[in-house]
Parts: sequence; structure tokens; C-alpha cells
Amino acid sequence: MDQISFEVREGEVFGFLGPNGAGKTTTMKMIQCVSPKSGGTLEVFGMDVSTHERDIKKMLGVLPQETNLDPDFTVYENLMVYSRYYDIPLPKAEEITASLLDFMQLTEKRNTSIEQLSGGMKRRLLLARALINTPRLLMLDEPTVGLDPQARHLIWEKLKSLQAQGNTIVLTTHYLEEASRLCDRIVIMDKGKILVEGNPQDLVRDQIGSEIVEAENTQPVVDCLKGMKATYEVWDNRVHVYTDKPKEITSALLDSCKVRSLTARSATLEDVFLKLTGRTLRE
Amino acid sequence: MGYLTIPQISSNAWKVWQRNKDVFMKTYRVNFLPPFLEPILYLLALGFGVGNYIDIVEGVSYARFIAPALVAITIMNASFFECTYSSYVRMYYQKTFDAIIATPLSIEEVITGEILWGATRAVINTLIMLPVLFAFGVVDIPLSLLMIPFAFFGGLLFATTGMCFTAITPRIDSLNLPTFLFITPMFLFSGTFFPLSLLPAPLQYLAQILPLTHLVAVTRSLSLSQVGLPLVTGLLYTGVVTTLLFVISINLMKKRLIA
Repeated sequence: MDQISFEVREGEVFGFLGPNGAGKTTTMKMIQCVSPKSGGTLEVFGMDVSTHERDIKKMLGVLPQETNLDPDFTVYENLMVYSRYYDIPLPKAEEITASLLDFMQLTEKRNTSIEQLSGGMKRRLLLARALINTPRLLMLDEPTVGLDPQARHLIWEKLKSLQAQGNTIVLTTHYLEEASRLCDRIVIMDKGKILVEGNPQDLVRDQIGSEIVEAENTQPVVDCLKGMKATYEVWDNRVHVYTDKPKEITSALLDSCKVRSLTARSATLEDVFLKLTGRTLRE
Repeated sequence: MGYLTIPQISSNAWKVWQRNKDVFMKTYRVNFLPPFLEPILYLLALGFGVGNYIDIVEGVSYARFIAPALVAITIMNASFFECTYSSYVRMYYQKTFDAIIATPLSIEEVITGEILWGATRAVINTLIMLPVLFAFGVVDIPLSLLMIPFAFFGGLLFATTGMCFTAITPRIDSLNLPTFLFITPMFLFSGTFFPLSLLPAPLQYLAQILPLTHLVAVTRSLSLSQVGLPLVTGLLYTGVVTTLLFVISINLMKKRLIA
């Protein structure tokens, strides 16, 4: 990590975005008091992570990227055993477990072993487990990784309702649609640094403009765009024009530049992400 | 971070112990069978089979000579294997430790809970084995009953030993090395099935370093009602080495899992 600085406000959904190896999970683990930081200050609820581990961890709910449900137990037992780690008294633990299973639509699977759950159910159970101590801050590392669209939408729905209840949520994600739907504020990270911070819609507007016109990458098109003083970027065999006035650009391209085909569409967070982090493949 | 940093541990470690106990109790019928059958098989084959050709070993029948060694061996196996293969599976494959340290529990408490559970396995196996040995009339009552509390401390000795190997093993297969190079030789050469005095002198000194030698010395003192120097040195060895290995195993694990 390289001198990152950020602040999460109570009641907001805050997202860490970035390619593989950007440092998202490392940052999450430092907040969770699991990975040590080499310097600087990191405070959670105003407490230093290196001296108040236990107090901080009591108030966190963590959904890890890699499933670590306990395969030796059933769905219900997973939550009950976990509740012990938080010193939740038995009657209360039973009550919370029942209501969480209900909330996550897992009541029917109560006595099922972990191996027999689908990917989506496992993620939902992990989310239920993260909520067992009614945390002040939810830490979600890739909450919908590897899920089919149905399962993903169900998780989004649950996260939306948690957000509506006023929960503070920090999440990481590769899915930019997920970030624009859920997050109040995001940071885009790369190679251990924070590149930008802000509201997803604002970032799109500031970094790209409202629309993108895509055309073929040919010399006449590029010359034309230069003549119009348009903002554009070349991506391989396509040219992306960032603009607030897509009509003017398209008609100019069609009329005077003899472009055969072009596409105009709304700019998305994905465009911001690729513009900032480049298109090189990350392994 | 050194290897001898004193760990800070709260009673939270018992929650990890409790987790392992809950899993164990789900399949208790299968778990209770081996420690019940093992002494019967060994006593029949070695004590009364081979022992038929042996009149007397160090003043007692061969069956009475090996009976306390069987207890020491079960203490060793129960705790060592719990804190090597089983702990490794929980740590590496099941990610159970990762899940627990996201809660208020610390990694030190997780490892301590695992070690306490390893020692408890030794107690459980001893509890099941002793009545069998009583029934065969090969251990003295009442002093042998002290093997039950001792099993916990002997278990801690081998649980901490096992945890050190678990902390440094690169893969689960590599745990076969300490099993074959450390556990199996000890099983045979720690005064278990023949007196140490039969070994060449240098090997006798070597045997004095091995933990099982001291476990056997203690269990044999108790089963034969001989309170003397071997009992005292055995207990001292167990106390000192366990404390040292406990601290080392926790620090090794912290290095493996956090740094």
C-alpha cells in the first residue's frame, strides 16, 4: 500500500474498486485488524487498529472474499457457533439466527450441510453470519463474486435494504455495475494507490462527460475529431469520444467525416475505470 | 517478532475448544471406538502373545510392563495428530481460523484453543482406555487414576509439539516427515516395549531427550505404584518443555498466518 487516505462516513455505502492486485483486499484486512500496517494511522470508530483490535472487531461484520463457512456444521449451527465468538447469550443468539435465516431466505436450509448449498446460498449465509453481532460497520469483500445474475440481484436487494436501515457498509468489487448501483462514494485504486474518490455519477460526469460516441479508428476520423477539438481516446480499433453533446458529434462525424458506423451511449463507471487503470490485462 | 514473545490469551480460547468439541460430539460413536479397541489388540498380541515367552521384565509381567506405555502412546497420538493433520485441515482447507479471527478472538486464542482441544483428546482416549486396562488387571488402582489428569498435561506437550510442525509445514504431505522420523521411532524406542537399559549407552541419552520417554516414565510410575525419581523428572520435563513449545508454537503460527 502506498500512502492511501480515505474516510468513510456513518450510514454510507463506500466502495473500493480496482483491478486485481490494486490493494483492495489488503486495505480491507487492515481495517479488520487482521493484516498489520507498516505505518501511518488507521482508525476505525476513532480507535487505532493496532491497539484496539478486539473493541473494533466486536463492532465489525465481515464477509470474506473466499468462502470460509464451517463445513463441519449445518447452516443453523454455523450461525450459532459464530454467535459464541461474540458472547451473544444463547436465547438472543437463537432469536437473531432465526431472523437472519428468514431475512436471507435460508430458513428452509436450516439443517442442510454447507457442502450442499449453492454458491448464492453460501454468499447469503456468509452475509447472515456477518450480521450476527448487529455490526456498526459491514465489511464486504466482493459480495457477489462468482454468482449468477439471479443470485447477484438477490444479494443486491438485501444490501439495499440493509442500506435503507442505515447500516454503514464498506465493500470491494470488480463489478462496476454493482458499485454504481450500491455505493454512495467510491475510490478507484491501482497498484496500492488511490486514483480518484467520489460519488459514482459525479465521477462519470467529471472524468468522461455524460455520453460516449464510439467510432472506427481510421485516420480520417481522428483528423476530423482533431479538427473539432473533441476529447477522445483511441482504444485499439475503436475511438471513444467523451462528450456532453453526442448529437453534434455524431452528426458531424456522419456528415463531414464519412464515418460508416458509430455508436452513441451513456458513459458508465466502467469507462472511468478503464480510462484510469488502462486496458492492460492484470493477472 | 521473536519466537519467545509471551502471548496474550483470554478465556476466549475455550470458545475454539468448544467448537472442536461440538464437531467431535457429532460423530462420537466412531471417535470412541479406536481408544477402546487399541489396548485390547496390543494386550492380546504383545502382552499375552509375545509376553508368553517373557517371564518377567523389570520385576513385572510383560503385559503389566507395556500397559502404561499404551496409555502414553495414546496420549501422544491423540494430541499430536489432532494438532497436526486436523489443525492443518482447519487452518488451510477449511479456513476456519480465518473465519474466527474476523471475530473478537485473536490468532493466539485460536491456536491456544486448538492446543487445549488436542490435550482434551488425549484425556478422552485415556478415559476410555483405562477401564479396559483395569479389566485386564494390568494397572494398579488407585494411583493409575492420576493418569487421567496427567493425560491433559502430556497431551499439551504433544499438542504444542504438533502445532510447531503445523506452523512450519509447507504442505499437508510434509507432515508425514515428523510422523515417520519422530513419532514412529519414539513409539518403539522410548522404553515402551522394552526397557531403555537394553539400548546402547549413547542411544539411552538420546532417548532421554524424547518426550515420549518421559510420558512413559510417568504413566509407568503410576501404574506400578512406584513414586520415585522417574516420576519427578518426567513431570518436570513435561512442564518445562510444554511451556517452551507453547510459546514457540504460538509465535510460529502468528508468523505463518499474519506476517
